[in-house]
Amino acid sequence: MNTVRGKIVWVAGPAVKADGMMGAKMYETVYVGEERLIGEIIKLTGDVAFIQVYENTSGLRPGEPVESTGSPLSVSLGPGMLGSIYDGVQRPLDAIGRISTGFIKRGIKVDPLPRDKKWKFTPVVKKGEEVGPGDIIGEVPETPLVVSKIMVPPNAKRGKLTYVAPEGEYTIEDTVATLETKEGSTDLRLYHNWPVRRARPFSRRLDPEVPTITGQRVLDTFFPISKGGTACIPGAFGTGKTVTLHQLAKWSDTRVIFHVGCGERGNEESEVLTEFPHLKDPATGRPLMERTVLIANTSNMPVAAREASIYTGVTMAEYFRDMGYDVLLVADSTSRWAEALREISGRLEEMPAEEGYPSYLASRLAEFYERAGRVVTLGNPERIGSVTLVGAVSPPGGDFTEPVTTHTMRFIRTFWALDANLAYTRHYPAINWITSYSGYVETVRKWWAENVTVDWYEQRYQAYRLLQREADLLELVRLLGPEALPDEEKLIIDVARMIREGFLQQSAYDEVDAYCPPLKQYKLLRLFVMFHKLAEEALRKGVALKDIRSLPIISKLIRAKYEVPNDRLELLDELERAMVDTFEKLAYGEKVEVKA
Amino acid sequence: MSTGRSGVEYLSIQEIKGPLMVVGGVSGVGYDELVEVETVDGERRLGRVIEVSEGRAVVQVFEGTQGLGIAGTKARFLGRTMETPVSTEMLGRVFDGLGRPIDGLPDPIAEDVLDVNGEPINPEQREYPSDFIQTGISAIDGMNSLVRGQKLPIFSGAGLPHNMLAAQIARQATVPGKEEEFAVIFAAVGVQNDEARYFRRSLEESGAIKRSALFLNLADDPAIERIVTPRIALTLAEYLAFKQGYHVLVIITDITNYAEALREVSAAREEVPGRKGYPGYMYTDLASLYERAGRIKGLKGSLTQMPILSMPSDDITHPIPDLTGYITEGQIVLSRDLYRKGIYPPINVLMSLSRLMGPGIISQKKTRPDHGDVSNQLYAAYARAVQLRSLAEIVGKSGLSETDLKYLEFGDLFEQRFLRQGSNENRTLDQSLEIAWDILSSLPETELTKIKEEHIRKHYRKRTS
Repeated sequence: MNTVRGKIVWVAGPAVKADGMMGAKMYETVYVGEERLIGEIIKLTGDVAFIQVYENTSGLRPGEPVESTGSPLSVSLGPGMLGSIYDGVQRPLDAIGRISTGFIKRGIKVDPLPRDKKWKFTPVVKKGEEVGPGDIIGEVPETPLVVSKIMVPPNAKRGKLTYVAPEGEYTIEDTVATLETKEGSTDLRLYHNWPVRRARPFSRRLDPEVPTITGQRVLDTFFPISKGGTACIPGAFGTGKTVTLHQLAKWSDTRVIFHVGCGERGNEESEVLTEFPHLKDPATGRPLMERTVLIANTSNMPVAAREASIYTGVTMAEYFRDMGYDVLLVADSTSRWAEALREISGRLEEMPAEEGYPSYLASRLAEFYERAGRVVTLGNPERIGSVTLVGAVSPPGGDFTEPVTTHTMRFIRTFWALDANLAYTRHYPAINWITSYSGYVETVRKWWAENVTVDWYEQRYQAYRLLQREADLLELVRLLGPEALPDEEKLIIDVARMIREGFLQQSAYDEVDAYCPPLKQYKLLRLFVMFHKLAEEALRKGVALKDIRSLPIISKLIRAKYEVPNDRLELLDELERAMVDTFEKLAYGEKVEVKA
Repeated sequence: MSTGRSGVEYLSIQEIKGPLMVVGGVSGVGYDELVEVETVDGERRLGRVIEVSEGRAVVQVFEGTQGLGIAGTKARFLGRTMETPVSTEMLGRVFDGLGRPIDGLPDPIAEDVLDVNGEPINPEQREYPSDFIQTGISAIDGMNSLVRGQKLPIFSGAGLPHNMLAAQIARQATVPGKEEEFAVIFAAVGVQNDEARYFRRSLEESGAIKRSALFLNLADDPAIERIVTPRIALTLAEYLAFKQGYHVLVIITDITNYAEALREVSAAREEVPGRKGYPGYMYTDLASLYERAGRIKGLKGSLTQMPILSMPSDDITHPIPDLTGYITEGQIVLSRDLYRKGIYPPINVLMSLSRLMGPGIISQKKTRPDHGDVSNQLYAAYARAVQLRSLAEIVGKSGLSETDLKYLEFGDLFEQRFLRQGSNENRTLDQSLEIAWDILSSLPETELTKIKEEHIRKHYRKRTS
């Protein structure tokens, strides 16, 4: 492709204007200035290109050269990504750290994938076979958890393989197959490039009927998200967005996890890097880092790269989806991404819409969330993969009516509303069970019935009903005091409090409680629902509420979430029997009294 | 940064408005370049380029544009970004808001000269903070632990004793079991003279002044200089922490004045404003200060930040505390209600938070094993007490159950015995946790559902009666 050479005429923060750029294209990557900083063209007027620069622009002067690369901003997709931490434009931060200790100097050029590392490649096709886009030609065991499938790039043409490398050790630059098409022959390598702003194609979409099990009770049981689904988690600062997203990244039952730290804290990335190598995947027992990719553009890193980081992440996620894996991408926080959009838009002097955000904010959000989905991928053999997207939103002042929250709500199906008042009382995860919702409850119902228990849906409904009634009753209590309610209603408030403490609240820092398997979730919930039924019956039989309230089994039920180990669920059945016994004795004791 | 044209002088001032000055006919000027401005009387001021095109540079003048004229003012472009000399000799000294000594002593000998903007710490190279700092204050140590390398702001209001609290922390902060070199850097940003004097005296009295450097931009100093003062302080702090191995505590007060200076520049540039007229990039700008806290793998020192900000009208949703809270690792919120009740430190624990306490300390079992559970239980019980208090105001105490009344009593005990302490009272973590157990034991054992049974068996005070 032709490169265009121009020169800088204006610099202000991350925005640069260059003239002499006739022939350059929108979203083309350019090198800016003598230090060849990476930038991207975001507006063209005559021969003037407007460029957002992904690195610090201090010292950049009018007159310095700008050179286009001929290709759009792309990522390299191939073995070597898992376990890595990248900046917003796919530069590995560990490689940068080897060049410059501690701090990120600008202008550092590093390869996104290790160039010298040899990978064991096993072909699954033979010379002479015909292959097309998305077909798997071989496998590379990238980590013990994930086998990387080497695919014919989605934009390649159908053709015949004239060469297939034998099983052996190859670097990503070695040719592992040659594809002969009508238009000529192409060498296939272990990696290919893909532009980040273009969604990778697939064959067809599937219904969102398999839940992503996160091990978080309030999410899995009350507000589930399906594989290939979308969710957003808005909340004021301190309500626990980050901790919840970290929990998702740790415990979700997807094969690959992408954590995009978009304009957030550096120490949070460091937390993941410190913790994940020591945490074990509940399904396989392998270190979590083997299935995790981090993209980090912390709040003090260049703002334009923050805008790109979301696309970089989702494109890499789609690549693993195309291999036939379930992928979860959590983005913390999409508000910072929207603000980056706003900042650049402001420098472009575009007409602002609400609160200074550009008018295309909604369409950009829609484009992003539409890249989620559970799909049948391109190519042979047929495989199913998914990308699940969860975005944190940081509304100013915790106000959910602001543009980023309201627009995001239009494009997601699960809404986990964080509540500052819950957080103040250290009810974590501070997800408000009245305002949150999930559009997947009905679609994942079948999965629960087939894989966990037939009456998940019913128990969930019963428990949810209690919580809703509690909310209504608390309105009354606020006016009249708790003693004004009849005993049956006081009981509802008591049981709802037990559900809050013993089920909804979950400690991310407790060894047992951090992850709660689906069956344990169900059994715990059943205990509380059953407690309500038994207690209600006891009240009817004339047992005093005071005696029910002072039952020592109550604190046992509440503590069961962390006192019962996840591999000793029979203890919950014992607890259930003990509870039934307790109530029998209570009722019996009452009868004896009456007789006497 | 390289430029062949450093020191070129221009007399072609085209426009002056607010803190900005437009210089015409320039060439070879870089973005962010440092500018020396000379008035007709020969007075020199500093500025920086915030927008540049061929033939035109917009300069933000730190010491203000008062007295500058279109004719006769000279602008000299220095060919480098703003830098500051740093050295260990700066400890024990007092500087103005641009880093020039004002204590009558000679300039310290520079060991290095560094860009005041620093560079972002590579997140991959960060060491996760997990050294518990004991501040001697129960509400912080017990419930919102401070960790080395953390950025934990104090959200205060006009007239609340945030300075007293910050000074107490600066005096008392230790890492139990570790005697290491530490330093305190104090950056006053637009504060009144007596507030700065209070800090200085407090550091002198405790003998910490020898290990402190003070940068003072006072209320009557130029407003635009406030944008630079914290950066100079942090540049020295980074040097001491990451080059010299000190454990540095940086106190910046008051961030609200900083944000106002930022707004002034933005308004003069006629930028599209964000909330309440503050610029849309204020989050990023504040982050460029706060994110300079931390620890780096393989290096000895640490940089802990405690910025202080006064919330306009005590409103925590105001953009300044709001954006700060989204960047910092928690917040200590002061409460006017508690202060009126005569409680010092008036920390509203329910709204306060230390994000590093859970992952940094509790889950790594860095302190007492019951620390995390006790903290959670204190939060839950006090939150319930506060809720019941407002309920009792409406329905009267008679409308509450027996257990509810115990919670009300707990609420008072919590404020009077746990929260309240003297401004010179230095409690160990053990002492704080023992007070916590004393007051938690006023509740029935069955109410303590956030605490594991093993800890209850060990610490719960059974009543003999």
